[in-house]
Amino acid sequence: MAKITVDARGLSCPQPVVLTMEALKQNAEAYEILVDNQTALNNVSRFVKNAGKTASVTEKDDEYIIEVK
Amino acid sequence: MKEKRNLLIGGGLVGVIAVVLVMLGNPKNMGFCIACFIRDIAGGVGMHGAAIVQYVRPEIIGLVCGAFLMALIKKDFAPRGGSSPLTRFVLGFGVMVGALIFLGCPLRMALRIAGGDLNAVVALVGFVVGILIGVVFLKKGFSLGRSYRQGKLEGFAITGINVALLVVLVAFPTLLLFSESGPGSMRAPIWAALAAGLIVGAIAQRTRLCMVGGIRDVILFKDWTLICGFIAIIVIAAIGNIATGNFHLGFTRGLNEAGEIIAQPVAHTEHLWNFLGMTVVGLGSVLLGGCPLRQLILAGEGNTDSAVAVLGMFVGAAFCHNFKLASSGAGTTPNGRIACILMLVVMLVIAVYNTKKSKA
Repeated sequence: MAKITVDARGLSCPQPVVLTMEALKQNAEAYEILVDNQTALNNVSRFVKNAGKTASVTEKDDEYIIEVK
Repeated sequence: MKEKRNLLIGGGLVGVIAVVLVMLGNPKNMGFCIACFIRDIAGGVGMHGAAIVQYVRPEIIGLVCGAFLMALIKKDFAPRGGSSPLTRFVLGFGVMVGALIFLGCPLRMALRIAGGDLNAVVALVGFVVGILIGVVFLKKGFSLGRSYRQGKLEGFAITGINVALLVVLVAFPTLLLFSESGPGSMRAPIWAALAAGLIVGAIAQRTRLCMVGGIRDVILFKDWTLICGFIAIIVIAAIGNIATGNFHLGFTRGLNEAGEIIAQPVAHTEHLWNFLGMTVVGLGSVLLGGCPLRQLILAGEGNTDSAVAVLGMFVGAAFCHNFKLASSGAGTTPNGRIACILMLVVMLVIAVYNTKKSKA
């Protein structure tokens, strides 16, 4: 699978990380996680890094796009 | 790493402040108790008639305002809402019922452990069981749906309400009720309680301190970050209690000269109900996405769903005393035991109904 997008905007803790965890199980080439608050950004970034992936963040209109490889 | 460090420092500060509040007059092992204090506020404004627990606790006001101010400074103020608010109201109601069966919210449970109260250790086991049940549903896809941006005034409303309450407390106290005996009469000076709440509210907002998230994250992701806060509170408060002579290890505090049992402060020894009460709190808190303290903080940050959960707790507290659901040092009540099981069932129904297996 090429790229999975996870839309976690507006979801309450710990859903952004739970959805990311489920997505990572699919072993895609890359992932795009969408969040809209700092807490989710920190939690998801920490989670993917602990899982051995890299995370790069783009900020757009109070929302964050986390590109994970 | 930085987050763990902040949580250790933040948790430690919360532990110190809790011990100081007790020295200044709060009930023992109750520097903070989100459930008891919201219940006391409900009493203070006349929502229930239990005379020994009526007082508008400035700590709660401080927590919400402290979180609001810190969020504003850090540009974290994000008004949002619309994620199953009525369901959250019911969950908040249920969490309060469970907490008043045990006689403490998760934060007070931690502080009671730090005071040597072994009844709180029994409760901790029940709490973990509740969290485990909640995690099962989280893994299966439990969700109360997403929230949406709300207006700034909407996000500020709960903070505004708390400020109004403070104005009444300070400027028009004759409008309110103040316990003259019992836990409601044991209180630190208003300004100290307010300051303590403001500081802890700011710390909790910054560090995302959450009593249930800590244990939940270890179970769900093997992430030990949040639990550092929980552990730091217990360790530092315990040291403070030992230093101030408030640490007594046991289910009771031994016998007095007349040979009567001295109970742990504002506590009972019904192990099954301390366990089950906190099972309800653990499950409800996981479904809400945070412990009662976290709900206050999120509310201050502009999360109206959390504000509704807090209102559920407030109404729940009033019902607990009006319908004799709440426990006391003498133990649980028949109504309370029924209500505890009922709320557990209600939470399971909410969990099942809101769990949809996501598409692969």
